[in-house]
Parts: sequence; structure tokens; C-alpha cells
Amino acid sequence: METKPKYLYKNSKRLDGRNLDDYRKMKIKMDVVPNAQGSAEVIFGKTKVTAAVHGPRVMHPRRLALPDKALLRAKYDMFSFSVEDRKRPGPGRREIEISKVTAEAFRSVVFLEKFPRTVIDLFVSVTQADASTRITGINAASLALAAAGIPMRSLVVGVTFGKIYDEKGVGHVAIDVDKPEDQWGMADVAYARAPATGDVVLLQMDGDMTKEEFDKGKKMADKAIDVVYKAQIKALKDKFEVSK
Amino acid sequence: MENRKIVTPGESIIEGMDYLPGDGTHRSGSEIRASVLGLSDIRDRLVKVIPLSGVYMPKRDDPVIGVIKEVRYNNWSVNINSPYEATMMLGDASERFLDPRKDKLGKVFAIGDVVICKIKNVEENMSVLVTARGPGLRKITEGKLLDVEPSRIPRIIGKNASMVKMIKEKTGSRIFVGQNGKISISGGNVELAEKVIRKIEANAHLSGLTDSIKEYLEGEEDGN
Amino acid sequence: MMNNVTLKNILELLKDGKRLDGRKIDEFRDIEIETNVISKAEGSARVKLGKTEVLVGVKVNLGKPYPDSPDKGVLMTGLELSPMSCSEFESGPPREKAIEISRVIDRTIREGKIIEVSKLCIEAGEKVWMVFVDVYTMNFDGNLIDAATLGAMAALMTAKLPRLENDEVIRTDLKESLPVNGLAVASTFLKVGDKIIVDPTKDEEDASVSRLAVGIKDGNIVALQMGGDLGISDKELDDILERAIKHSKKLLKYLKKK
Repeated sequence: METKPKYLYKNSKRLDGRNLDDYRKMKIKMDVVPNAQGSAEVIFGKTKVTAAVHGPRVMHPRRLALPDKALLRAKYDMFSFSVEDRKRPGPGRREIEISKVTAEAFRSVVFLEKFPRTVIDLFVSVTQADASTRITGINAASLALAAAGIPMRSLVVGVTFGKIYDEKGVGHVAIDVDKPEDQWGMADVAYARAPATGDVVLLQMDGDMTKEEFDKGKKMADKAIDVVYKAQIKALKDKFEVSK
Repeated sequence: MENRKIVTPGESIIEGMDYLPGDGTHRSGSEIRASVLGLSDIRDRLVKVIPLSGVYMPKRDDPVIGVIKEVRYNNWSVNINSPYEATMMLGDASERFLDPRKDKLGKVFAIGDVVICKIKNVEENMSVLVTARGPGLRKITEGKLLDVEPSRIPRIIGKNASMVKMIKEKTGSRIFVGQNGKISISGGNVELAEKVIRKIEANAHLSGLTDSIKEYLEGEEDGN
Repeated sequence: MMNNVTLKNILELLKDGKRLDGRKIDEFRDIEIETNVISKAEGSARVKLGKTEVLVGVKVNLGKPYPDSPDKGVLMTGLELSPMSCSEFESGPPREKAIEISRVIDRTIREGKIIEVSKLCIEAGEKVWMVFVDVYTMNFDGNLIDAATLGAMAALMTAKLPRLENDEVIRTDLKESLPVNGLAVASTFLKVGDKIIVDPTKDEEDASVSRLAVGIKDGNIVALQMGGDLGISDKELDDILERAIKHSKKLLKYLKKK
């Protein structure tokens, strides 16, 4: 959408027909990369992300290894054709930043001390982008790490929220922002938590929100996170139920 | 005791300070929670999760199948399908005395050679030593080499090696199962042995596996 | 890393005309092609060749033509060896292998005149459509050239051309197809021991020393790429070319089903 729409919210509906607290249709596919130790594809509406874990494995070069724990690295990669205007392959500044916060979101939940001197490589590939890609990637990465048998205190679950305007320009808090809402909305927040420990592990925002709006959005996102968390657990358990 | 169920990381298994968190679990307040995806297992007071995936972590005395990665002046570096590479010292390669000034180490074990060895020692910093000296330890030169999920190895071996014994008997194959997820099969009905091992690997989380595998093997025998 | 037991196994089996996965010497693995898998791309395909999987997307942008061909559109082909697809692939800029494969695919599309570049000209010397074919490996088990060429063809033949409205590129509700003229396919052969095999797995690639990839369109050879450290004989070359022509017919059937 090249020109700014007059509204993103009207008659209690968002542009794609959702309510403020609706998340898009979600789908999970496990074990999509057979060569990886663990992998999953998560789809939120038109956003599709594949995450794959290699490791823990031998760290090369050795001097980068940490003496007392594993190094958890992430590489977030947006495929060239995942977006409207072709993106040049390879990481830009945006991808390097997202890779960093993605790795950090998992460092407090993974028992890194169980694998000193090794590396855990987490690859997050956005094959189709329609906003909320880093958070969709976080959900996929959580599943990939669990499937890889990596010990964790908790899974990690995320849902975005933001502020969208109506025809009068009044802001409304909504969850799981899509592309037009991300592009034209008044604020958006990437938000992920570790349900079992209760900690918030990823938080990034741009835009402008009151403290009340933030609290409201977070509350709405927390409700959706409960649902996504259950979906993650089910997908992991189904890996073994199905093979019966 | 029918206490096994599939649990996910962070999931509460049982509450109470009387219980002890074992492998694959951690304590959080009064709860014992799963750390890994696997089957929960409560025996007396010990709570464990039997993992269904994950890398091989070397343990002393484990039999493993290694692949020579590098030949150095007086030792070899060995890939043991683990986050840690192992080293085989000169004295652990052969019953014969080797002298690095006279013997070519690459003639004893060359790059790519497959060696049944044993974990000799694992230091705190995860330096791993392996040895090829001991009964049954040797270089393998033929047959088929399988890669399976290391976490499924205990089921493939079975209680007191009952499962692998049964497969050997029914297929007539020589089978060596490395704890690191590498299995060598040679002689006999290699194809059937591989098929059965893959079946156990895929169904490692189910109970009553010995009986169903026995039935399967006997069915295959009748078919022949 | 190849171990000597598997290597010996591959070589011994080949002596009897057999392969590790039970295939015959001249047999491809199962092929699955799915198109229109990425809605943001103007054309896309997912190809599974045994355990090798590639995702191909076609994007069409507005651009300036090259000075030496002012009335022709531009074709660019890229390939990324995604580090998630194989534990031996590393992050970072494309290395020799990725660049070689992408150039082979590029040649097959270009020399096979698959895209009618003259129809991509909007204003000679000023505005043309630039077609980007990007291949990403999702899971690697050998023979990327054949899988990626199939993917590129499937993505191109289903690709749509954007519209230009007041100098703005519109990519919604596209009807007009990209001007595609025929299809080409590739068959890659390896010499392992003294046998020539088609559609190699990763293990077979690791066991081999010479390779020849052949791109075929309408029964004609449109691209050739030798690789590896040893040569092949005239007789082997002849055998490969004949087999490539034969395989091309079968491979085209997979594309035509789309």
C-alpha cells in the first residue's frame, strides 16, 4: 500500500476484518528442515517463517567459544522475494539488529551452561513477510530449539501489539499487527515472554503510546500468548502422537 | 507404574519438595519441571525426563563409533558425533608400540576411517579422550553405517541388550551400536536390520516395543 | 564429512550398478513441485528432489536497461546456500559454489531464451522490467543444479508481470504472465568410480571427482558445466549427453503438470 489509508480501524473492524484482540490465522509445521537438529515453520496470516537449529556443535574458530557455556547465535534472514520490493540477499543493519535481540531472547531460558565451549546456531528465515516477522520467528525458534532437544526453562512465545487509528484519527490498541498497520499505524511493539518463568524476554517498540495504552495492549497480547503457547505445546506433543 | 507422558520444556511434572529433579528436569519453587521435550518418568522420589532428541554428550566408558578427522604428529582428532571432538593419543590406538618418528600415523588410522572406540576420559573442560584398545574396539572397513537420533539408542539396545541381541539373532548381522547414534551393520540381512532399527528409532517413545518388534521380525521371517 | 565405510559402500555397490539409496544408476529421486507458494513474489516454487529442497522466488522490478541492450529487459539469477539447510554451509557472502550454480542456472534461462527479454522493454534506453530469480536452499542433499533449475522454471512459468500506473509499480491483481517461451531443464551427472550416475545425493557428490551438468531445451543443449578435479572420456561425454536429452523429457513432464 503506497498511500496512507484514511483509517486502519472503522466500525469496530480492522482493514482485514479482525477485531482489535484477534490474531491472524496461525499454523505450525514441525520438522520442516530434515538436516537441522530441530526445525519448525510458523505462519501468522501471510507471514511465514522457518526456524532451524544446528547444535550444540563444535565452535569454529575455537577462540570464539565461551569457557563455561554455549554461545547461542541467531541469524535472522529475510528472503529476497519475501517482501513487495525485492530485498538484496544477505544481512543488512535491520537484520543484524533483529538477529541480536532474537538470540538474546533465548539466552535466559536455554540452559547454556550444559554445553560449555560449544555453539548453538539458530537460523530464522522469513520466506514471506507481512509484518510481525521477528515475533513469528521467535515462536518458530522456540519450537525448533525444543524439537532439537535443547534444555530450556521455558518455551518462548510472542505476539505483537500496536496502535491503529480510526477515521477520526483516534488511536486503538490492537494485537498481531499486519503490514499496513505496521507501516501506517501509530505504534507497534514486538513482545515475547517465557511463560514458564514469567519473564519478558523481548521487547522493542516504535511509535508513540501512553502508559495506559501500552498496559492495555500488553494485556491483550498476554491473552493471545496463552493461546499461542498452548498451540506450541500441542505441536511439540503431536510430533509423537502422530507417529503412533 | 504408568507415569510416562510427553512433556515440553517448562512444563510442571510434579509438585512437592520430597521429589528430586533428575536428568532433563529442573526445580522451580516447589515444582519439578521438564527442561527438555521427552517422556516424564517418576521412580520413587526421582523425577526424570527421557529425552526424545538432542545431541550426544560423551560419558566415560561409553562405546562410540568415531570418524578420524585429522591425523596429527602424535595423536588423532576424532569426530564422535557430538558437540565435542575427541582426541586419541598414540598409546590408545594400538596394542603395538607406535613411535611417531618411525610409524606413519596415517597408516594406523587415516582421515575418514571409522573406528569403534571407547570414551576413556571426559575432563571438566570437556576435553574428551577415546581409546581403540580393548575387547571389540577396532577399525571398521565394511558394512553399512547408520546415523540415528542418539537419544533413541537406549531403546535400540534394550534392557540388558535384549533388543539388539534379538535383531542380531533374527537377521544374522553383526551389529555394533555406538552410544553416539552411529550404528554399524555388516553381514546377514543388512536391509532388514536397518529397517528394524529405523522402526525402533521412530517409535522409541512407545511402550511394549520389544514385543511389537519381535512380532515384526517374526513376520518378516515367515514372509521369506 | 565423508567416512571411509560409506565411501567404500558407495563404490562397491556401484560396481553392481546399485546405489546406496536403492536407486539405479540412471534414476532420479522423487520430484515434487509446488507453485505459487509465496504470495509476495510475482512467481514462486518449492521443489523437493529427494531430501533436497529449494525455494525459488521471482521478483520483477522497474529499472534501466544496460547500455548495450537498451530495448531489452534484464535477468538476474542468484542462489543462497542457506546455512540452515546443511551443517556444512556457512553464513556470509556467497562463495564459489553458490556463484557457480547460480551462473549455470542463469545460463540455462538466458541461452534457452526462456524469457523474451525484448517484451520486457517499456521505454527503450530508459525503462525496462528487471527479472530477479532468487533460489534459496531449504534442505541440502545434493544436486542443487537440477532442483534449482526446475524451481526457476516453475517459478518463471507461473510468474506475473506487474503493471505500471503513473510510473508506480502495481503488484496486486496481476493478470499478465511473464513472457516465457518454452522451458529448459538440467540433468547433472557424476562420475563415481567408473560409473556415471544421475541426480547425485550429497554423499555421492562427496565421493565423486568429476561432474557434468547439462541444460536441455527442446532436445537441444543450452548449457554445460563441468566440475571436479578429473576429466571424462569422449565415450562418457557422449553417454551423458544422450542420457541428459532422455531425462529432459521426463523432467519437463513434471513442469507441465503445473
